Amino acid sequence: MWEYTEKMRDYFLNPRNVGEMKDADAVGEAGSLACGDALKLYLKVKDGVIADASFLTFGCASAIASGSALTEIVKGKTLDEAMTVSNSDIARYLDGLPKEKMHCSVMGREALEAAVRAYRGEPALPAGSEGRIVCKCFGVTEEQVVRAVRENNLTTAEDVTNFTKAGGGCGECLREIEAVIADVVSGKSGDAAEKGTAGAPAGLADWRKRKSAGAAPLSNVQRMQRVMTVLDEIIRPRLRQDGGDIELVDIDGRTVSVALRGTCTSCPSSRLTIEGFVQQTLQEQVEAGIVVREAVS
Amino acid sequence: MNNRIIYFDNNATTGTAPEVLEAMLPFLKDQYGNPSSMYAFAGVSQKAVNKARTQTAALLGARAEEITFTSCGTESDATAIMAALRAQPDKKHVVTSRVEHPAVLTLGQHLEKEGWSVTWLGVDDKGRLSLDELAGALSKDTALVSVMFANNETGNIYPVAEIGALCRDRGIPFHVDAVQAVGKIPIDLSSLPVDYLALSGHKLHAPKGVGALYVRRGAPFRPFLRGGHQERGRRAGTEAVPNIVALGAACELAAARIGEENTRVRALRDTLQQRLTTDIPDCIVNGDPDNRLPNTLNISFKYVEGEAILLHLDRYGICAGSGSACTSGSLEPSHVLRAMGVPFTYAHGSLRLSLSRYNTREEVDYATEKLSQIIDRLREISPFKE
Repeated sequence: MWEYTEKMRDYFLNPRNVGEMKDADAVGEAGSLACGDALKLYLKVKDGVIADASFLTFGCASAIASGSALTEIVKGKTLDEAMTVSNSDIARYLDGLPKEKMHCSVMGREALEAAVRAYRGEPALPAGSEGRIVCKCFGVTEEQVVRAVRENNLTTAEDVTNFTKAGGGCGECLREIEAVIADVVSGKSGDAAEKGTAGAPAGLADWRKRKSAGAAPLSNVQRMQRVMTVLDEIIRPRLRQDGGDIELVDIDGRTVSVALRGTCTSCPSSRLTIEGFVQQTLQEQVEAGIVVREAVS
Repeated sequence: MNNRIIYFDNNATTGTAPEVLEAMLPFLKDQYGNPSSMYAFAGVSQKAVNKARTQTAALLGARAEEITFTSCGTESDATAIMAALRAQPDKKHVVTSRVEHPAVLTLGQHLEKEGWSVTWLGVDDKGRLSLDELAGALSKDTALVSVMFANNETGNIYPVAEIGALCRDRGIPFHVDAVQAVGKIPIDLSSLPVDYLALSGHKLHAPKGVGALYVRRGAPFRPFLRGGHQERGRRAGTEAVPNIVALGAACELAAARIGEENTRVRALRDTLQQRLTTDIPDCIVNGDPDNRLPNTLNISFKYVEGEAILLHLDRYGICAGSGSACTSGSLEPSHVLRAMGVPFTYAHGSLRLSLSRYNTREEVDYATEKLSQIIDRLREISPFKE
């Protein structure tokens, strides 16, 4: 049984602003029946301000509640303000959603953007309709994944599935999603969306290379080189953002010994940093069997 | 049973029958002896386990020594399948269906990764298997056929006797996941060509935490759990005496009440189906209406989503299940409905109502009335309604 907040249950059982708006100035849609949820948002716009909003939802309880919350949030906002509403604003409005249901709030944000773009005469659907598809089961693009990772600070493929559904079907794209996350975390994805598909991000390029090369086991030298590259290019920049640093002490087979430096040394969650972020990144980027230990000085 | 609850989710689990609770209580309190110990106090536990074995065997038309107690249905399935495969290491092919319970389905997918080849039998739009397809899949390399007796979602009953005959002709062991069937329909293993059969206590009014595996005398077997000599070495680990006693009592009770499942419970289910399909437009019954468990109704409502229905039902204390994506934790709707090719418009809006002998006509009437209102309400919110 999902744990829903009282407010979410209320917005599901007594949804506000339900129904088709015959004289709507803008309509935005997101989701699809095949995917199991869909949202249609209607806006009435007066002098650049959203005067009224209503919705129709096919979907589970949190999809209905998210649609209803969205209409309440945007009423009275200017179109520019509305465009800054994020999926987490919708989730927060409902006092939170179970993480497996976050994709319902993302659908709300997508419908809102679609409606505003339609009103402004801009091309429909900035996300989803174009760009490279990462998840074939749910038709999720790389840009949608990148955006969800950025806006919600996602770190695992499971998070991405919860927010976008990507990877929730056959699961074949999970490794690719991990590569996309690594790119965003390392800052390499830049603005992939704006640049189009021309400059495929480095982590992703690596991933493709590894994938096409098959799962040939790494030699010791190859492994060391890759560990050092990933530490330098992905892990260290991230730690430095928080005033920390990391030093490579030794690589013995698949065991990597590191020492944390800077603010990391006094950080109470340093163990989490090593086991979670450092080890996981190395496992994703270099080899699954890698174990990271903190070197004792 | 709790008065405030209308429990229509008996394929998920059942309430413990009062007679069953009474039978097990002494073994939760004073009779705590370990059946393996060598004094009279422990002998009471030993005798109780033996009695339960006889009661369980009797419900199935089996011999007592063919029954091994386990912790759950999943363990019984895994034990049978791995036992058969380990006993025939030279054979690397398994035949099963796309509509199995995850206990078998996921194990089958794992076996594929471990080097076995698995034939996944498809089903038609009513969820029926093709015996010709099954016969065509069998080969000299086939180590095991595993097909469920009845489906947990649709209630479909599969032709176990016919499948067993095909297997026996070719000397291929046959395992049946009968977790949903035991206690709901008569099963007589003295005449059925079945080599292994799994059942679970909590689906027939025993508590959770106990199951049983039938292994036909002479069928190939290798233990899954090794350790002590319990269950004649077939399943090591100290016996869960209270649960085993409960399972025995539940089997005896089921044998006595099985007629009621097929008369009164069936009539309640039929009434429920008839009223819902009459009162609510755009709904379809999933499964094979001519060959179904007497207690199960799987029905889909177009344009609405299953979890939303369940949460509304929950307000009225009505418990049911759904094959919608949102209820499973996975993001795709039921693998059973998808294997049957149920359209997406319907698959997401599926509702499973599974009754038991503790349900009443009043409950059926109340649920029907509330469901009509709920579906109307959700369709008003849906962007897909015409």
